[in-house]
Amino acid sequence: MKIEVNTHERCMIEFAAKHPEVVVLSADLGSSCEVKKFRSTYPDRYFTMGIAEQNMCSWAAGLAREGYRPFIHTFSVFLYRRILDQLEMSVAYPNLPVVFVGFVPGITTPGGVSHQSINDVGVLRTVPNMTIFDIGDATEIEGVLDLAYERNGPVFIRMLRKEVPRLFPAEEPMQFNRARVLSEGEDVLLLSSSICTEEAIRATGALKEKGLSVQHMHVSTMKPFTDPTILDSLRKCRYGAVTIENHYEIGGLGSAVAEMIAENGLDRRLVKIGLPGYPHGASKMYLMKKYGIDAMHLVRAVEQLTGKDLKITEDYLLEERFVDYLEV
Amino acid sequence: MTDLVRKTKTRYTKAETQKIADSIRRQILGIALKTGGCYLAQACSSAEIIASLYTKIMNLGPSAGAWDAIPFPGVPGPDNMDYQHGSLYNGAPAPDKDRFFVSCCHYASVIYCALAATGRISPSALDKFNVDGWNMEMIGAEHSPGFENTAGSLGQTISIAAGTAHARKMKGDTGLVYCLLGDGELQEGQTWECIQTAAYYQLDNFIIIVDANGQQVEGAIEDQMIIEPLEERFCSFGAKCVTCDGHDIDSLVKACRTGHAKKPLVVICRTHGYTGVPPLKEKYPLLHFVRISPEERPVYEKIYEEMGGEGK
Repeated sequence: MKIEVNTHERCMIEFAAKHPEVVVLSADLGSSCEVKKFRSTYPDRYFTMGIAEQNMCSWAAGLAREGYRPFIHTFSVFLYRRILDQLEMSVAYPNLPVVFVGFVPGITTPGGVSHQSINDVGVLRTVPNMTIFDIGDATEIEGVLDLAYERNGPVFIRMLRKEVPRLFPAEEPMQFNRARVLSEGEDVLLLSSSICTEEAIRATGALKEKGLSVQHMHVSTMKPFTDPTILDSLRKCRYGAVTIENHYEIGGLGSAVAEMIAENGLDRRLVKIGLPGYPHGASKMYLMKKYGIDAMHLVRAVEQLTGKDLKITEDYLLEERFVDYLEV
Repeated sequence: MTDLVRKTKTRYTKAETQKIADSIRRQILGIALKTGGCYLAQACSSAEIIASLYTKIMNLGPSAGAWDAIPFPGVPGPDNMDYQHGSLYNGAPAPDKDRFFVSCCHYASVIYCALAATGRISPSALDKFNVDGWNMEMIGAEHSPGFENTAGSLGQTISIAAGTAHARKMKGDTGLVYCLLGDGELQEGQTWECIQTAAYYQLDNFIIIVDANGQQVEGAIEDQMIIEPLEERFCSFGAKCVTCDGHDIDSLVKACRTGHAKKPLVVICRTHGYTGVPPLKEKYPLLHFVRISPEERPVYEKIYEEMGGEGK
């Protein structure tokens, strides 16, 4: 698997070259959000706002009202939990094109609970006019800025940084409101997002070896959640669906799928895998295993759905695994 | 007749501006008598400020809004971005024209009266004030005449106005950005985040007007929280700050003309929530939302009648 480094850093600069009205705002975390080079490339389009996110959000709304396209860069957790009222009243209600580029989503930071945005998708799915993208690999980092721009309204991106695997072909960019099919099958449907997709890929390999027919789809548009290809796949999966996400088990991908099942009157079981509560500070791999958002847990969920003992152990799972290093 | 009224007057004498302030007070007292209660004290404290802003201080183009009130045009969204914005009543946006942000949006009735008194909206539009389904809401929002934004959550509008001023400065606009605040909302931390940032970006096109009436919902400000000394606070955060008598038109105009090179300007307007309606003083400091009881009506009706002669 190819590992790409600092993809957003490059993409943000290239994107800004195409759109002169694009500006970047940071609350003292620009260098941790891959816009340090942007600052030196476009010093007049980089606004340091101090460690003051509320003002930054409303200020961005003022810039957007005058035709600028603000891309706010800081950690995801500070862009919804700390400033939800500003996000809603200054930006979302008037439907302004402000893009919240939220870094270190979920447990991708060892910074502990204050840094871990575990319910951003859940909270922001309840915000009208908001679009939410959850990034899963380097190809999506390359595609998401254009999609965010085209939305022409408030957008929240759960962005990945530094070393990120390229799971999807570079020539197949992400599409708005379309899941990416990674495996086709009819027994079970696996829906994964963010860093959990790599885990689901590993589990899919092992499940197939055991003779299961697996439909695996990677989901990156969390709101709106109206993708007809997901609905079709829910209809055809024999045993039901499993969702796995780098997010609290309530409110995110699993809840969105549950709503889709209920609203369409589908007779399908669903197992939701997500974080069971607040995490703590430790490495990504440790936390994924500890809280069960990993391949083994996914296999167990499939066993639960199918009622079969698949006899899959850690050895069965693909060895190749991306481990990134610790940094707050 | 409408053509005559609609032609936006640009020069006002001090007496004419005072007359507009008086008419604002009278009309809002009328609303209070009609409905049993409204934000009357805010009209009393800000009448001269808002009349002066519209007639002597701000450089606005003629209203581009509908002459009459309109039904609520819907919530902004992907399919509704071309609704009539309330800011059109302050003139179509132009590089050389000023912009006006009202943070204390419960002053909406005061703004509507000022628009009517300056020929920017039909006086009969006021009949739709706080009427279900119309755009003349009690708390102003994006679509309310005279409003740029939805300011009901305090502390945000100053930042939105500052972002707008920042954008206009970068674009080279010569027009200024004004933002009207109440003094209670100076307790919001975001206000100070904004002042430090406006100072950092040297927003000399940004003017903040504070109606310092010394009252908030639960009573006198000094009994709730320390916000003084205001002038020193704003200066220490990097702004230029001056204080004026918020009921004196000359004082207001002079303060707003203070030089403020490389800094935002903050004008503290010291006011009272009972100016022009003396019996309100008995209710001070509980003046946030004034209710007039049946027993009190005769006193206020008498004042209303007395105002009629010179107010209209």
